[in-house]
Amino acid sequence: MTVCNSCRYCEGLCAVFPAMEMRRAFSDGDLNYLANLCHACGACYVDCQFSPPHEFDVNVPKTLAIARADSYAAYAWPRALSGAFARNGLVISLVAALSVAAFIFGFAAVNDHAVLFGIHTGPGAFYALMPHKAMATLFGAAFLYAVVALAMSVRAFWRDIGEPVGYRGDAGSLWQAIDDACRLRYLDGGGVGCYNENDRPTDRRRIYHHLTFYGFALCFAATSVATLYHYLLAREAPYPWWDLPVVLGVLGGLGLLIGPMGLLAAKWRGDPALRDASRLGMDVAFIQMLFLVSLTGMALLLWRETAAMGPLLALHLGVVFALFITLPYGKFVHGIYRFVALVRYARERRG
Amino acid sequence: MQGRQYDVLVIGGGNAALCAAISARRSGASVLVLEGAPKFYRGGNTRHTRNMRCAHDAATEILTGPYTEQEFWEDLLRVTGGETDEELARLMIAESKDILNWIVEQGVRWQPSLGGTLSLGRTNSFFLGGGRAMLNALYLTAERLGVEIHYDAEVIDLTIEDGMFLSARVKRPIDGMAEIRAGTLVAAAGGFEANIEWLKQYWGEAADNFLIRGTPFNRGSILKMLLDKGVREVGDPTQCHAVAIDARAPKFDGGIITRLDCVVFGIVVNRDAVRFYDEGEDIWPKRYAIWGRLVAGQPGQIAYIIFDSTVLTSFMPSLYPPIEADTVAELAGKLSLDPAALEKTITEFNAAVRPGTFDHTVLDDCSTVGLTPPKTHWARRIESPPYYAYPVRPGITFTYLGTRVNRDARMLMKDGRPSANMFAAGEIMAGNVLGKGYAAGIGMTIGSVFGRIAGREAAKNARN
Repeated sequence: MTVCNSCRYCEGLCAVFPAMEMRRAFSDGDLNYLANLCHACGACYVDCQFSPPHEFDVNVPKTLAIARADSYAAYAWPRALSGAFARNGLVISLVAALSVAAFIFGFAAVNDHAVLFGIHTGPGAFYALMPHKAMATLFGAAFLYAVVALAMSVRAFWRDIGEPVGYRGDAGSLWQAIDDACRLRYLDGGGVGCYNENDRPTDRRRIYHHLTFYGFALCFAATSVATLYHYLLAREAPYPWWDLPVVLGVLGGLGLLIGPMGLLAAKWRGDPALRDASRLGMDVAFIQMLFLVSLTGMALLLWRETAAMGPLLALHLGVVFALFITLPYGKFVHGIYRFVALVRYARERRG
Repeated sequence: MQGRQYDVLVIGGGNAALCAAISARRSGASVLVLEGAPKFYRGGNTRHTRNMRCAHDAATEILTGPYTEQEFWEDLLRVTGGETDEELARLMIAESKDILNWIVEQGVRWQPSLGGTLSLGRTNSFFLGGGRAMLNALYLTAERLGVEIHYDAEVIDLTIEDGMFLSARVKRPIDGMAEIRAGTLVAAAGGFEANIEWLKQYWGEAADNFLIRGTPFNRGSILKMLLDKGVREVGDPTQCHAVAIDARAPKFDGGIITRLDCVVFGIVVNRDAVRFYDEGEDIWPKRYAIWGRLVAGQPGQIAYIIFDSTVLTSFMPSLYPPIEADTVAELAGKLSLDPAALEKTITEFNAAVRPGTFDHTVLDDCSTVGLTPPKTHWARRIESPPYYAYPVRPGITFTYLGTRVNRDARMLMKDGRPSANMFAAGEIMAGNVLGKGYAAGIGMTIGSVFGRIAGREAAKNARN
């Protein structure tokens, strides 16, 4: 970082370097801020005259990738669970497996064989297997827990990077950060595209990330619309093919199938020089969870009018539940911290 | 590559070489580029650059105001003290206007000048991501156009008959020797600043203590072959551009981050702990450019910039932290200087300082009285511990000796006739325009402008 601060050739590539120049010395909080501001586009590695094999051995993407992953663990809430980031792939897999198993055994225990493998159609079909109230309570609680844990983590991060806890928001910075995040402004190698496998800007991670993110958002929207239908219009799931929750869910689901596959492929092909190899498990675990949520959801949609519906519903709910409760302890947090870092950067730039 | 006849052979791999290769290829020629360095180190000193000086008539997105051809010419005249070929210089300046756009068409991107201490926002255009990013873009474009590029390809001999290039002998680690034939040659292989033995011819043993700021591959072998085979030389062979850089920098390739521009904030002493030059003589960039030479003239080619805690954060940080001590004597000990001598120098300096209003951006009124040598501006007492020092040595940036060329970038032979098929671009011919001195970003202008011309003319020559 001393090398970077006395060189500054990269200042036009992204937000990290201008932010670095505003500081002469770095605290841990500053480092975590810069690390989360970095989108890992790789341009500063390819453009650096001091990257290895040069003796100065400057590797900003890798240094920040390691610091970033360390920061996730440092801000985890409750602190006792920060260990979940150490062997994240294993942790997420175990939670997912246990969660799926719990739903399957739960369904089997509560329902008799005929119901579990019965064919249910029409409004309320899903609730034959699990009462709506139970489902809403369980998932509402899981979601609420994730929100609280993430909020506590963000609070710690925000404080550590030197911002007041009582921040009430300034609309301009917030809007700038939303704009930066939604467009992934800094995942573009400074304009030519990202680097992943080699020194050619041929990377497609931005497209796959957009598919993943907006896919996730659409699925979330589908669930929200369905909730409104249920409580406001008293219309119960499952809904017909042409109805809004299904349309949103299918579009989002397709994004969540293609996006994660692309990201995973990019991950395999990526130049190991740029990565924090020990954290690969965390990345892969989250990508696969998103993929599985979509895959099981789509399967449920396709076979919801057959005897497979019961087991598929258990599978899907199990995966979704596992995703929810592990949100604060996996790669999902990258988006939250990066967004917060972008807000701070926007504030810094506004002076 | 052996056995094939190319229209244009480009020797070198930096800005000038790639501009020549792209320009020749775009003119329809088949082009081979031989870069002596491995792929990572490709591009010679272009790797360490970050901007280019181009004339323009109006402010643009990246430039804060107009910089006319006349103003550029006057700047060039001033820094070179008139040691420039006016015809070539004016041609370069005129062409530099179009280069701003042409280079973008080759994939290079500009950015507004943001940080740093350089105040070049009006005259110079900055490469987004720096010189290596610029090179990466040029290489991608060249490859896309079908230019053949070989790395680790060291040219060890040229066959030239009566001013006509016939072939080049190439040594590569993987496939050994090869004889390359081509219709024309573009020499864009840089200067000889990394060739310590050659520097010793003019500087003696002192050259052993020089640090080379850029690539270790600029050994001047192509330049020497050309001059030995009848090409007319240009530029003072004994001169090189030297700045004072941190003495702890690596022997080669330390680049921009070892520069030190804090002379104005303190005093500079030599190995005997004695001052030897007015630290307050002039503002950047002139002072930046003279201190390398001044240090080269001192015993052991080493000097120490001494300052105190009041100015520690007043300048750009360099890679290495300053050496720190609570007393002058302790600082002298850490620098292996005579403590009594350093104390005496600082005491005398402090006693000579007259009060004034300090402003490092102008020639202010803080000066010494009755001191030899004086510090004529920015003189303030060094009396607030801790005390700090940066050891400095001469850092060689580039050399001036080159091949004489005409408006077509075509080399001229010793008898004044133009070569039949040899062209030159970049540092290897920079002495035509820049006989002395330096202005930020002008090396890149020379490289791109004459590279583009050399490529175009070589292609035309080869296809006739």
